[in-house]
Amino acid sequence: MTTGTEQAHVVAPPPPPRRSAAPPRRRRRRSTTSWRTALRRDWQLYTLAIVPLVFFLVFRYLPMLGNVIAFRRFVPGGDLFGESWVGLRYVRMFFTDPSFWEVFGNTLVLGSLTLLFCFPLPIVLALLLNEVRSRFFKRFVQTVSYLPHFLSLVIVAGMVLQLTSIEGTVNQLIRAVGGSPVAFMQGPDWFRSIYVSSEVWQTVGWGTILYLAALTTVDQQLYEAAEIDGAGRWKQTWHITLPGIRPTMVTLLILNTGTFTAVGFEKVLLLYNPLTYPTADVISTYLYRVGMVSNNFSYAAAIGLFESVIGLTLILSANAISRRTVGTSLW
Amino acid sequence: MVTAGPLPPKPAVTRPTRVRDTRGRRIFRVVNTIVLLGVVAVTLYPFVNVVAQSFSDEQAIREGRVNLVPRGFNLDTYEIIAADPVFWNSYLNTVVYTVTATLISMVLTTTYAYVLSKRHLKGRNLLVGVAVFTMFFNGGLIPNYVLVSELGMKNTIWAVVLPNAISVFNLLVMKAFFESLPKELEEAASIDGLNTYGVLLRIVLPLSRAVIATMVLFYAVANWNSWFSAFLYFDRADLFPVTVYLRNMISGATTAASVGSSAGDEAQVSSNIKSVTMVLTVLPIIGVYPFVQRYFLSGVMLGAVKQ
Repeated sequence: MTTGTEQAHVVAPPPPPRRSAAPPRRRRRRSTTSWRTALRRDWQLYTLAIVPLVFFLVFRYLPMLGNVIAFRRFVPGGDLFGESWVGLRYVRMFFTDPSFWEVFGNTLVLGSLTLLFCFPLPIVLALLLNEVRSRFFKRFVQTVSYLPHFLSLVIVAGMVLQLTSIEGTVNQLIRAVGGSPVAFMQGPDWFRSIYVSSEVWQTVGWGTILYLAALTTVDQQLYEAAEIDGAGRWKQTWHITLPGIRPTMVTLLILNTGTFTAVGFEKVLLLYNPLTYPTADVISTYLYRVGMVSNNFSYAAAIGLFESVIGLTLILSANAISRRTVGTSLW
Repeated sequence: MVTAGPLPPKPAVTRPTRVRDTRGRRIFRVVNTIVLLGVVAVTLYPFVNVVAQSFSDEQAIREGRVNLVPRGFNLDTYEIIAADPVFWNSYLNTVVYTVTATLISMVLTTTYAYVLSKRHLKGRNLLVGVAVFTMFFNGGLIPNYVLVSELGMKNTIWAVVLPNAISVFNLLVMKAFFESLPKELEEAASIDGLNTYGVLLRIVLPLSRAVIATMVLFYAVANWNSWFSAFLYFDRADLFPVTVYLRNMISGATTAASVGSSAGDEAQVSSNIKSVTMVLTVLPIIGVYPFVQRYFLSGVMLGAVKQ
């Protein structure tokens, strides 16, 4: 990867060190130090790592193991890992559950729409901002457009519900042009548009940051050369700017793909209601209701596990595809 | 510049576009400015609308007359909220949770990031991997809920401050920063007899004020805004942070059969009361935002720098 991106350095844990001596590498000593020496020399460092490691083990890895309840009978208040094996019963259950396939479809649609709008729009906005000459104006637009990123989802949901209510601004506009008011949140028809719009509103500005940073790294001499060759602004954008920020685009695309199945769980939970379920209910909210409202923990865990596995698969394949095709990958 | 031959005598230090401004280009710039002003307007409108409603009277809101400016201007709603002990209790809860969680997060993140920044440390890659893997795979809602319940943390502050104590993204930002510090200082300090803890406390941390400020802001904003853990793990209304208080207000008004498991869903709360609560909840964020924005930016950029 040529351009650093948000999580670029994050994702490349090289294979864990081996105990035995490995072939000589550029970093000296590492592979030749024995654990005994390392412990004696760095024990104070290791002690600093203990509490955070306990955190990861308890609050991250234990729940991963806790997913075994997807294959076991679980009694709330009983054993953390369930009572007895039931095999694939719960997996079969959701494969034959029509509600599951409905929310699965909703997830795909909502996820695709979100990706379709929330991925390219920050690029467009960044390109437009990049053309602004007045530093003051540019900073002003940036400052304003980052703001929604810092809001609680509860506030965002509150604003959305207010704007789309019968007496809200959207209906005021409809009435102003002579239409009759629409009860946006009282039926499934509008949920997707509203959700995606609010997602765009909240993420577009903040999404420009990394692109703006990448844009500053594009070699200015390329523009001069293109100018001399007679390329107009449009061609310059297409042939120089976009390829220049391609690594950033690819990285963010991969990361977006990874969160595809987890589409805005909290936001959907805040915005939807039984009337909008037909389009609004997604896997994560469905499993939330199955688990937390109906107390069917094992079934919900099975769905959750399925969701996590899909997420992991998606990000792995997106990464592999992009490595093959464009030569950029997270790891 | 080597290739600047054919250009007018002006040295090509700036982009050539500055030299010739065609008509098409001027039109583009006007359009661009209008588009960006449109973005600003659309971004700000919901805020303005909420503020306008918070000062309006309920009747005007219900008639759909409130958009940019308050109609039937009054401060009554603010007075009602200001006199509401439940609201202030939630507000205080939010402050307590935010401070506690941020403190815990900072200690854990700083120590772990410091350990991870030591390139010579044996097992370092494994320690990094333990953290990074959790970015791509997590236990999921149900096992987390079961765990927190089994640990007896439901309806205690620990349920909201512990399970998300370390953000891996923040951890990696700090790690990158520590790695960028000059090694010589730490080496000199340890030769002078400081042990690892001493080096971290007396040498590294004082040098890291900027990144620490950034991380504190990241965590504090995230905790201030969070609502789901509290919503999930608290059954008692007196424990709710202000976000959950607000969520119950909002959803009580919009969904007849709210699916929330928590108590205290209020039916039909008037719009101006909701607006005032929203304004007061968001006020601390908006208040500090203009001053701290650059810290956020520097944090993201720091995370973007490849080590």
